[in-house]
Amino acid sequence: MTPVLQLENLNKAYGALQVTKNLSLDVRPGEIHALIGPNGAGKTTLIGQISGALTSDSGRVLFAGRDVSRLSLPERARAGLGRTFQITQILPEFSALENVALAVQAHEGHSFRFFRNAATDPSLNDKAAAILADVGLGDRCTEPAGQLSHGEKRSLELALALALEPKLLLLDEPMAGTGPAETERLTELLKTVKNRCPLLLVEHDMAAVFELADRISVLVYGEIIATGTPDQIRASKEVQSAYLGEEDET
Amino acid sequence: MIPASITPKTSPLKASTLVPLILFLGLALVPVYAQVFDDRFMMLFATRIAVLAIAVVSLDFILGFAGLVSFGHAAFIGIGAYAIGILSEHDIWEAWISFPVALAAGGLFALITGAISMKTRGVYFIMITLAFGQMAYFTATSLSAYGGDDGLTMWGRTEFFGTNLFANDISFFYLVVGCLAASYLLLRIFTGSRFGRVLAGAKQSELRVEALGISPYRYRLVAYCISGMVAALAGALMANQAEFVSPSAMSWHRSGELIVMCLLGGLGSLHGALLGTIAYLALEEVLSGTTEHWRLIFGPLLVLVVLYGKGGLIGLVTRRPGK
Repeated sequence: MTPVLQLENLNKAYGALQVTKNLSLDVRPGEIHALIGPNGAGKTTLIGQISGALTSDSGRVLFAGRDVSRLSLPERARAGLGRTFQITQILPEFSALENVALAVQAHEGHSFRFFRNAATDPSLNDKAAAILADVGLGDRCTEPAGQLSHGEKRSLELALALALEPKLLLLDEPMAGTGPAETERLTELLKTVKNRCPLLLVEHDMAAVFELADRISVLVYGEIIATGTPDQIRASKEVQSAYLGEEDET
Repeated sequence: MIPASITPKTSPLKASTLVPLILFLGLALVPVYAQVFDDRFMMLFATRIAVLAIAVVSLDFILGFAGLVSFGHAAFIGIGAYAIGILSEHDIWEAWISFPVALAAGGLFALITGAISMKTRGVYFIMITLAFGQMAYFTATSLSAYGGDDGLTMWGRTEFFGTNLFANDISFFYLVVGCLAASYLLLRIFTGSRFGRVLAGAKQSELRVEALGISPYRYRLVAYCISGMVAALAGALMANQAEFVSPSAMSWHRSGELIVMCLLGGLGSLHGALLGTIAYLALEEVLSGTTEHWRLIFGPLLVLVVLYGKGGLIGLVTRRPGK
């Protein structure tokens, strides 16, 4: 099966600090590929390089059979790369529904439409409401997004990404800062998202990672030291000494 | 199933409907008042307000609504005014020629300067729009064929198919108020459209909007051109009102005043800008009549409104208790 996303020898340095070193990785159709690693391993930088928010120094990003290395963030989003952010990025003054409706209209094509009122456009609102219901925010549609709880904002961000009907979803620590109950709910939610598109999941919550992931890659100091099934990763001595072992000590 | 409340119905008595309705009704009744009390000053004063309000509403569209602090907006007014003045020097008085030229000139200046300015953000955007504004100002002062520093006196007003629509006090007033109402309505429709939603979204989080696959640049540039054209319309009317065009109309002081009027009224609603213009000019008129040191009162008063009347005057009017 040809991978949806293929990274070939990606490099990124900030001055003398090499954050991504000759990194290669792929995400296959239908899978959840988790990326784990200690703080400062370069996970968020890598997500930035894949999504187009950061430019790579060298290497290629192949997405859906196409070299997208030189495309900008919006161009890659239009090509079908959806993403969420480690620090939630929503539009706080818009209602939850307006947030998702903007995503729906972005997916429909250009927005140089000046006259029709967007707030009363059922073709936008119905779709947006359906997606919000899918992520469990069906009864929070009219709430200003800034007023939502932290976990709800996480779900809203997921809804924004899903509205683009992405071919691949990049999730940067979706569970960060959420309580145990929320984490469980989000885990269940991500299981349903998996039916829509493959996921590249960066996450610190190991319970969630081992429950969700089909494959796991371990990133340490900008290098992938292991890739494999959850069982393989759990058994790997190298991973334990580099990463999982440290977790046990703390 | 989608609850009915999702698609909001606009009730006819909402403040965002009521406030502009009252303001426009009030403006429309000024000639009646002026006739009854034989008050020509009021008539001219209201005309001045309405002309300037067109420019302030256009500024609010990009500053308040789209979040782009343009500090060179007076340049567009000046360009519109000079278009009318220069054409009149060449004996072209017909509105069907001069007004489209004025609007096109404003739009073109916005397109060129906007395409460059929009590459920057924040303070840099403010500074670069200020720089372009000053460039326009100094260009006008060096137009020696058209009066240079001293400005350009027009020997009449624009004609409309040979009628004196522009020359009569009352008909000119209604023409200006009509232009104001049309500009306001058009921009307000734009703010509610898909286009407007992109602008408002990009103001809140550019990164988020880009991750949705939208590049805000083109949308902002188009908004800037629309705003520049509307401001040029204000300038074209201003030239007719004064029958005089001068570089001082595009100085940075004037750009600053326009921003203050926006802030005073409250940002982003468009009718806030209208209210701000009325309040600013009225206050200036009243205070400058009482004492020659009126700026000592005027300045702190503006600071107080911006500090404590969060959301400007429109915020004071529409604020509901407990919210």
